[in-house]
Order: sequence, then C-alpha cells, then structure tokens
Amino acid sequence: MAQQGKAKSLKDLNEIRSLIKKHKKNDFLFAATGMFVIASLTITLIILFLDLIIDGYPKFNLDFFSNYPSRRAARAGILSAWIGSSLVLLVTFFVAVPLGIAAGVYLEEYAKKNWFADLIEINVSNLAGVPSIIYGLLALGLFVYTFDLGQSILTAGLTLALLMLPIVIVSTREAIRAIPIHIREAAFAVGATKWHVVLHHVIPYAYGGILTGVIIGMARAIGETAPIITIGALTFIAFLPPSPIMPEVPFINFEWLDSGFTVLPIQMFNWISRPQHAFHINAAATGAVIIILTAIMNGAAIKLRYNVRKKIKW
Amino acid sequence: MVASKKKRFNDTIKAESKDLDFYYADGTQALKKVNLAVYENKITALIGPSGCGKSTFLRSFNRMHDLYPGNRYDGQIILYPDNTNILAKKVDPIEVRMRISMVFQKPNPFPKSIYENVAYGLRVRGERNKHTLDDKVEEALKGASLWEEVKDRLYDLAFNLSGGQQQRLCIARALATEPEIMLFDEPTSALDPIATVNIEELMSELKEKLSILIVTHNMQQAARISDYTAYMYLGELVEHDLTDQIFTNPSKKETEDYITGKFG
Repeated sequence: MAQQGKAKSLKDLNEIRSLIKKHKKNDFLFAATGMFVIASLTITLIILFLDLIIDGYPKFNLDFFSNYPSRRAARAGILSAWIGSSLVLLVTFFVAVPLGIAAGVYLEEYAKKNWFADLIEINVSNLAGVPSIIYGLLALGLFVYTFDLGQSILTAGLTLALLMLPIVIVSTREAIRAIPIHIREAAFAVGATKWHVVLHHVIPYAYGGILTGVIIGMARAIGETAPIITIGALTFIAFLPPSPIMPEVPFINFEWLDSGFTVLPIQMFNWISRPQHAFHINAAATGAVIIILTAIMNGAAIKLRYNVRKKIKW
Repeated sequence: MVASKKKRFNDTIKAESKDLDFYYADGTQALKKVNLAVYENKITALIGPSGCGKSTFLRSFNRMHDLYPGNRYDGQIILYPDNTNILAKKVDPIEVRMRISMVFQKPNPFPKSIYENVAYGLRVRGERNKHTLDDKVEEALKGASLWEEVKDRLYDLAFNLSGGQQQRLCIARALATEPEIMLFDEPTSALDPIATVNIEELMSELKEKLSILIVTHNMQQAARISDYTAYMYLGELVEHDLTDQIFTNPSKKETEDYITGKFG
C-alpha cells in the first residue's frame, strides 16, 4: 500500500471551506447585480413596447399599411412611409455595404500600418459616434445643394449610408481580425496572392461578422429621424415613388431615386406633434411597427451569426 | 549556365543557405551567418532549444517572414538546380511558395471541405478542370495516407477530422502542388503518439519524391526519421552532420550536452 499523505487537520479543512464560501459570496453578489440591471433594462423596454402596442392596437389592420396619410386620423395609414423607408434603406444598403466592406478589407489587409492608418482608424471609430444630425447637415450641404440631388430618396439613402458606413467598416475589421493567423499563413503557404486570400478566405470567414454589422447598421438607419428631417423629407405625402420594377424591358427603372418621400419615424413624429388624440394612436402603432422591424432585423443578425459560427471552426 | 549539381556527403544539395542573417522588425537578430544545406530526397532535421532560431530559419525557406512588415534577410538561400536565390528582392515570394510548401505546427485546415482543402493549391495555380482536380486531390490524399479514411466524405468539413487526420490533410494540401521541398514546423507537437508515428512514416515515404526540412523539439523524432541533423543555438548553426554521426559521436561539446540532456 502506498503511504497515506499527511492528513490535514480538521481545523485546516474548515478554514478552507469557509474561505471558499466567502469567495463564492462575491460570485453571487456580482451575478445578482447583473441580473437586476439586465432585468430593469429589459422590463423598461418591454413596458414601453407594450404601451405602444396597447395604444396603437386599434390600428393594427391591413388598412393601416395600405392607406396614405390623411387629415382624418381614422383613415390615415403608413403606406407611403413604409415604402419610403424600404426604398431609402435599399439605397443605403447598396451604397454602404460594398463601400464599407471594401474599406474594412483595405484597412486590414492592404493599408500599411503607420500613423496614417492609426489616424483613419480613430476617425472611423469616431464617426460611428457622431450625432446623426451632423450627418444631416453634411448631407444638406453636400447632396442637396452641392450635387443638387434634391430632397429625394437618393439623398436620404446616401445620408443614411454615411451614417451606416462606420458601423460596417468597424464590424468588417473586427470580423477580419478574428480570423486566426495560422489559417491566413496556410493560404499564403500554398502560393496564394493577397487577393486570393481576401476573396477565398478573409471575406468568406468574416462574412458572419460583416453581416451582423450590416444588419445592425440597417436597424439603426431605419429609426433615424434627425438627418432625414434636415435634408427635408416630406411629412405629408399622398403618392408613391415610381415603382423600381416594371412589367416590360428593362424591368427596373431608377426614377424612384429622384422622388420625394417620407419614412416611418418622420410619419410618427408628424402624428405625435398633432393635438388630436386619434393621431397619437397612429403614432403609437407606427412606433410599434418600427420596434418590431428593428427586433426582426437584430434577431436575423443573431441567427445568421449563429449559423455561420456553426460552419466555421479553427 | 549549366545547372550545377553540388555534392557533399555524397548527396545532392537541393537548397542551401549562405551566410543567412535574419532580423525581426524590432531589430532582434534571430539568425547569424547560417550556412546549411538541404539534400535531395533526404530529411534534414533542425534541433535546438526554444528560441534558437530553427523555426525562423525554416520559415525563411518559403519567405513566410515577408508577410509581416519590417523583417529583413541578409545572405542567400540558393535553390538548385536553377541557382535561384529565393531571398532576392526580385524573386516573388509567391513563386517561392509555389515551389516550396509548408506544414505547420498546429493542423490548420481551412474551414472548407476536405476536397477544397487539398484542391486549394491547385486552384490558386489556375487549375479549373474538374477531372484534373479530382485526380490530383485523390493522388495527394493517397500520398498523405488519408485517402482510405476520407474517400467517402470528401465534401465533409475538414474540422470534423481528428487532429492527426487534419495534419495529414494539411500534408496532402502541401503535397498536391508537387513541391520540390516540403517544410515541416514541428508537425507532430500537437498530436498523440499514434498520430505522430503515422506522420513520421509518411515523411519517410514522402522523401522518395521530394526533399524535407523539419524543425522538431523531439530529439528522438529527429533520430528516428532524419538523414541529416543540424543543431542550432542562439541563432547560430553549431553542428550539421549525418544524423547517425550527430547522435552517436557529435564533434562539438555543445551538441553532445544538448543531445544527452545536460542542457536545453
């Protein structure tokens, strides 16, 4: 038989146990505080959301989505607003996503790491935090007056794209940095060029993270009001932009880009600033629609990220 | 110029470093005037304590250091029979990597299918023909003794393989492009003993087709598989000789101390 180790005296053991107990108390305290903070935040949001739903409940029917705004609250709907929002976001998407990904890839993969790169990095991060009204003013001066694009869907889309760009760039760079160095080296070691590595490895592996950034950026853009007001979106609009899709060749047209428009948050803002209570109900319903859209988008981001992570391991 | 076929130790030299110095971006000198030859169809093992520069030396052979700005080489690595100095500025590192492939310490398959992993080197060389790709992938997987285990699941993701299988997949990937030299950077240090034996046997088969330079922490491994062994210390080459010679009768005291475990 092996010799038994010196048995610890009972006093020692009790000391160890009480020490562990004391340390575990800290675990419990931290977890409890965290729970409290999270619960209060979530509950606030849920109450807010429920309040909107209850207030706007009478408006949750198809007519609300298929009617133009009207002087009579009961007949007013958000048709022009949700179509306007969709078209503006379409422009934003097609401008901000390619530019943002390209900028992120360039900064991570190609740009020399020097003071200039640091400067750009600081600026991009700062841009993500600039108040959106500043973007609105910039857009008013640049797109509306200098480029003469008018108070159009194109202007609004470009403005929101500016707002969204830093988010896409930052998330692209973070997703690229998460790719382990040994995977990169493996690709270079078989004779790949930088462009091969970017195209075959960096972008596919960073795709989940990039997409998350894109969706979160879009979710932010959909709720933006200030810059859209600054560039002069209409608040009462009883017509739709020309349809982007046509029944005959070439099937798509771009006239809608030049059209006046309104978006959901502006419609909401317009209604809430009226004295009649009936319009406040419309505003609440619109608010609920915006929150639901945002929630769907964020949910999609989480789901996509999860799907990609399941397929990519290193 | 006639392609020179240099000989020493009665074997043909495939590549050799001449007065190779290497400096990392922070100014540290990792290699000091290293003169070392790699012989055709032989396994050359680099041994030495951590930080002695053996991995740095290995990674010079496929210009891996060029991926990080500020690193600097001095001296030459001549690749025969065409006498190309692969460290020359005018030689594209990509050209070097097309001729000299590498297997890393940690198995690093791409998060793609088994097939795509092996085919990747061919794809970056512009090979598009499905039949050629299929044939070469099969050949490479057979060469890496992995074909039997994966032939029914070529389109499964590579990370579902075991560690040893992943490393053999990485060997297949490096093999598919028919390199002249294959570099191994401690290829078995992350593997269990059985997988290690598999890889070692594989290397002995591979040297029929190409030349091998391997860095290893494991002296028994160097003794088992290599034809030549080089002992490095503090960035310098201390001794380079036939493996039998080094392990039975080293000419330098430092080498003997390291091998017998008195040091390192």
